[in-house]
Amino acid sequence: MREIMYRDALREAIDEEMARNNQVFIIGEGIAERGGSYKVTEGLLAKYGAKRVRDTPIAEAGMIGVGVGAAIAGGRPIVEILYVDFAMLGMDMIVNQAAKFRLMTGGSGSVPFVMRTQGGTGGGVAAQHSQSLEAMFYSVPGLRVVMPSTPADAKGLLKYALRQDDPVMFLEHKHLYMTKGMVPDGEHIVEFGIGDIKREGKDVTIIAWSNMVHRALEAAAELAKQGIEAEVIDPRTLVPLDKQMILKSVAKTKRAVIVQEACRRGGVASDIASIIQAEAFYELDAPVEIVAGLDIPVPFNLVLEKASVPQKDDVIAAARRSLHLDAYALAAE
Amino acid sequence: MAKTPSGENAPPKALLEKLFRTAYSIRVFETEGIKLYRQGLIRGYFHPYLGQEGIATGACAALSKGDYIASTHRGHGHCIAWGADIKRMVAELLQKETGYCRGYGGSMHIADITTGNLGANGIVGAGTPLGVGAALAAQVRGSDAVTVTFTTDGATNNGTFMESLNLAAIWNLNFILIIENNQYAVSTPIGDSTRETDLYKRGTAIGVESHLVDGNDPLAVHDLMVEAVKKCRAGQGPILIEARTFRHMGHHVNDPGKYMPEDKLKYYKERDPVDRARNDFIAMGGATAAEIATIEKQVQDEFEEAVEFSKNSPEVSVEEFREFAAVY
Repeated sequence: MREIMYRDALREAIDEEMARNNQVFIIGEGIAERGGSYKVTEGLLAKYGAKRVRDTPIAEAGMIGVGVGAAIAGGRPIVEILYVDFAMLGMDMIVNQAAKFRLMTGGSGSVPFVMRTQGGTGGGVAAQHSQSLEAMFYSVPGLRVVMPSTPADAKGLLKYALRQDDPVMFLEHKHLYMTKGMVPDGEHIVEFGIGDIKREGKDVTIIAWSNMVHRALEAAAELAKQGIEAEVIDPRTLVPLDKQMILKSVAKTKRAVIVQEACRRGGVASDIASIIQAEAFYELDAPVEIVAGLDIPVPFNLVLEKASVPQKDDVIAAARRSLHLDAYALAAE
Repeated sequence: MAKTPSGENAPPKALLEKLFRTAYSIRVFETEGIKLYRQGLIRGYFHPYLGQEGIATGACAALSKGDYIASTHRGHGHCIAWGADIKRMVAELLQKETGYCRGYGGSMHIADITTGNLGANGIVGAGTPLGVGAALAAQVRGSDAVTVTFTTDGATNNGTFMESLNLAAIWNLNFILIIENNQYAVSTPIGDSTRETDLYKRGTAIGVESHLVDGNDPLAVHDLMVEAVKKCRAGQGPILIEARTFRHMGHHVNDPGKYMPEDKLKYYKERDPVDRARNDFIAMGGATAAEIATIEKQVQDEFEEAVEFSKNSPEVSVEEFREFAAVY
């Protein structure tokens, strides 16, 4: 095991897979000579050459479409999109092309296309650079949605993404690139659809992904001081979703808190809550809690930015509510 | 477009025969397909390629095994010219398990990746980035395969047209983009959609070698494509070709196309691409009336057999569909 940064883990994954399979290549804005805005692709141009590491013009719809076409034709493209917000320019290619091709060909075609991008709030980059848009991709059958929270998961999941055959929305978080974590030596692969228990506990299940895993862990540490043992589950991939791990944990703790940075309305948390109520209703001792971003574009002002997305205290409060330790907020209304 | 009707400069007879057979096959497929549609045997959308046969016919005859094509919503002609199995095409339109896409795709989504057919597309303009992507994958692979995307005049006003052609240009990809300019985006005439109706000029604006060709002349399309393919394989791609043509009817089978001026329709029907291919085969290839009749009979029989095959093919299985759906 070594302690490395999230961005280094991503680079290792790309590097190892490019070395392993010469069909893997990467295109994106400023990813070649410059090494990418987050330094994920630093050094790859020198190692693999201009044929497999290419800068693109600012043309998201075109470059996503070109990636999808390359994948259909047997390539293994990675398209890096600077911000998930910019992926919206290429939604036809993601939603109508990549996601549909397998079905439209009756199963004979496949699209091993990986779009790497990043989302979330961080440092006042304002409404068009701060979104958490996983629910958009989550609601389109045919896409895989991956949201790693740690360097080890980032590496293992990206390596797996480059070996499977479906279009992958690989959603990193801008706040995580310089965070550190232990990564196993040698070959490290994390298959899709297998969640990870980031902290074990018996009193309440907290389900979170991407940067919110860390908020949940901070909350769990504080809850522990109050004598509450929270179990923190990171599904790691939203599609496919490790439903069994969630249901098993809820059966143990009888309580569920779902934390997402994305806005509350139409979110993945709502869908997970609906799965829990449908499949574990009689296990529950309290309503499923959702802690989510406000239904509002993220403002620039850093105080307001912070107020827009879940904080540690919001998670703690929700966990305590589910344990009936505080009065329900509803009672005050 | 100077042609020598006979002598040593004449095109090979085999080529002229191929062009006629292909163009006529598309004509029969679309004409008979419309009848099946009217009988209720074909459902969904059906965008006939009638009047535009010369383009797919000429272009695909210049390509080789290992190359790729990407097509449009009006895609039957490209499939046929690419050498698709008529049986599996008809079966797809009849929603059968034996169709190219097992009945999961339909008219607008026939694809066959095993032969390099990246597929028709229900989204106007989408085939352009996909085709550029196939050309990029080929370049990464070190292959000299050429990818041809057939697109439409309507698609030239979509952002991905320029975005992807530009990507092909900066990377010198083996990519040929053919704009089938039938002069209508559904019902809107091209002059209402753009100030510059010479669409090939858009390529020159970004440094892409661009040409205009008579899309109703299969041999002219073929000859231009032979040069374009040669240039691509020599690393001089991409190339843009505008092939001017006209539909023989509305946008799809249920569009009467009343907005198409009668005199213009008459003008283009008098320059019918299938007649052109037949006449070329006779005039330059020395085909006899008997040879023509034999080919026409073979093509018609092939279609009828395809209909029989499709009618007798198994229906799709809902159980298998549920299994298929489980991976999503």
